[in-house]
Amino acid sequence: MIDFSLSTDIINARAMVHMVAETDMRPLSREYDEREHEKPMEWLTMMWNASKGLVSIGGDRKEARGERKAAEKQVRMAVIIEELSWGDAGLYLSIPNAGLGGAAVMAAGTQEQKERFLARFRDGAPKWGAMAITEPGCGSDSAAITTTAVRDSDQWVLNGTKIFCTSGLMAVEKSEGFVVVWATVDKTAGRAGIKAFIVDHHTPGMTVAKVENKMGIRASDTAMLVFEDCRIPIENILGSPEVQQSTEGFKGVMATFDATRPIVAASAIGIGRAAVDFLREVLQKEGVTIRYHVPPTKLTTVERDFMEMEANLQAARLLTWRASWMMDQGLQNSLEASMAKAKAGLAVTQVTQKAVELLGPLGYSRKNLVEKWMRDAKINDIFEGTQQINLLIIARRILGYSSKELS
Amino acid sequence: MVNFQPTEEQQLIRDTIAGFAQEIIRPAAHEADETGLIPSSLVQQAWELGITQSTIPEAWGGAGEIPSAFTGALICEELAWADLAIALHLLAPRLVIQPVLALGNDTQQQHVLPAYTEPTFTAGTAAVMEPRFGFDVNELATTATRRNEDILLNGAKCYTPLAAEARHLLVYARSESGVAAFLVPRDTPGLVIGEREKNMGMKALATYELTLNDCRLPASAQLNGALSPLLNRSRVALSALAVGVARAAFDYARDYAKERRAFGTAIAQKQAIAFMLADMAIEIDAARLLTWEAAWKIDAGQDTPLEAVSGATREACLAKNYAANMVLKVTDNAVQILGGHGYIRDHPVELWLRNGRGFATFEGLAMV
Repeated sequence: MIDFSLSTDIINARAMVHMVAETDMRPLSREYDEREHEKPMEWLTMMWNASKGLVSIGGDRKEARGERKAAEKQVRMAVIIEELSWGDAGLYLSIPNAGLGGAAVMAAGTQEQKERFLARFRDGAPKWGAMAITEPGCGSDSAAITTTAVRDSDQWVLNGTKIFCTSGLMAVEKSEGFVVVWATVDKTAGRAGIKAFIVDHHTPGMTVAKVENKMGIRASDTAMLVFEDCRIPIENILGSPEVQQSTEGFKGVMATFDATRPIVAASAIGIGRAAVDFLREVLQKEGVTIRYHVPPTKLTTVERDFMEMEANLQAARLLTWRASWMMDQGLQNSLEASMAKAKAGLAVTQVTQKAVELLGPLGYSRKNLVEKWMRDAKINDIFEGTQQINLLIIARRILGYSSKELS
Repeated sequence: MVNFQPTEEQQLIRDTIAGFAQEIIRPAAHEADETGLIPSSLVQQAWELGITQSTIPEAWGGAGEIPSAFTGALICEELAWADLAIALHLLAPRLVIQPVLALGNDTQQQHVLPAYTEPTFTAGTAAVMEPRFGFDVNELATTATRRNEDILLNGAKCYTPLAAEARHLLVYARSESGVAAFLVPRDTPGLVIGEREKNMGMKALATYELTLNDCRLPASAQLNGALSPLLNRSRVALSALAVGVARAAFDYARDYAKERRAFGTAIAQKQAIAFMLADMAIEIDAARLLTWEAAWKIDAGQDTPLEAVSGATREACLAKNYAANMVLKVTDNAVQILGGHGYIRDHPVELWLRNGRGFATFEGLAMV
């Protein structure tokens, strides 16, 4: 039966996370936007101890131990991540956990790999997991990657350059984490030759060549990783080493996006909501009320804009909850995940830009966080699949086309 | 707990309506638009499905189903997918049934409701909109004034569906205590039903202007209670109808784009077209979910009246405005995808654009 209310369990979790977002994250927000390449280690360690990254930030220990049925896992995660990103999206992205690398190991790894790489997220010092796909010469076209993996007796030898690796610095140099690297074992095989490899922290031959300076989400490090004859054990390949006729392996890794796209959408919505909440407070203080029931001819521009912002944000949220709910139900959600991501990425980009416009000097000034939210928001229309890539995926699904038929 | 799945019963209702919409309504839509006539056999068939009158209590001869805004939204979307004008014709009796159910006293219910459980289609309607710039349902120009024991209605109304054949007309007017609704028998002196209107779209739907000149009613003609929840039910209905029209245009444009070839491929294989379709699909789902949320809030009993607004007003208005913008954009894109062919009346997309344009204007034309 249709229901748009959250369970008590999620409402309680949200309230708890909101408190963290408001009292711990907001005060750090501006500071770590300005001190771009530094991390609030004390807070990050507290978050690590509180969540013990394994099931990532959305789950809890009861779920990890199988004491609670994870019927609402994805919806719960979407709600919690919206809340953390309402606090600060850059800080949220910096929280130590297995991250996208962990998601790939969970999705495609063997039992032995899961134990070897994920167990470490249960205790000890804070750790980060990362994923390296993008290269200087290819982003969305991930089948065109040029990083190579060559087999040499009982090792794989990696060579190439990866960029835009979120938490790459923390995963490979600053903690006992790992990074999942996409490389080709046979360039002539195209997609079928692309495999994912787990590279442990501090592996010789892997260096952090650069940490990027960014428009927003500055608290999160975005690294360039260079691989020069980087040798890893033969068993560190995710899935089968064989180059298959089909592209099932590639699709398997791509399937991680079905889970991560709604999460990016949820994070985007958190940023957009921060801006809308701020705007609402200012309007209230100025005595401007939003008259929802009044016809368009009588509305002020501010009311119209505000209502449009709210509607777009809520539409994005409902699309995100739907994609997450489908995953919880075990339903195929590629289409819905891309819809949520495409809508949320664009909506919050527009919502935060409009907030800066409507707030004028209050919006543009670095005394307030609105301008930062606008800078933070933009990445959501780019990473984890740009707006355009998501439209392409949606179009293929609704038209029943293969990637060859619609490119 | 969040759930996006309608109940089995709701899915069954939706499937039944979808089947009827596809097999019976859609094939009749083009001719109905050209001639302005809806076959009475079609109307009768729909009546027998019980879409409109199922919520009338058993005491008045009905099936006594609990009125659900959500189920109503599902029905509206399917009917409008087939044809908006026919959908509004079939749903028109609800414009009387729902308010009388919600606000009518026993005498009023007994007076009105049994007519709609008769075996043949009974027309009913409501007059909400007024023919002027800046129409605002909260500040009607039509007045209801007390004259001794009676009430006098004065003003002008427009877009009153089926007024010429309606068994009951519900006229909204401004009274001393705010906006109120009045049951007006069709033969009341002072009520003049004008010529059938000629509009850009919805040509198959017979709508009329009404003139009220000292139209005298007994005090018992007034429905007592807050109208805001009824307006929200109307906004949900209109949103759902807009989603239905948009989905029709999307389906048609998608299929056309896969057939039509240019420069050696189907035009759907061009990103310029494919991206338009992807965007249409997202926006239709976005509007539907906003509509569902507003409907859910009403069904969950959260639409409690305050003054001019009630608990679901925000959601209902956001959904309605969003859906009205969305349907215009989607139907316009559909015409654009068909290019010159989209402009020709042999294809239905131009009709959907003409119909879609109306949603920004419509208020109180349907109710769930």
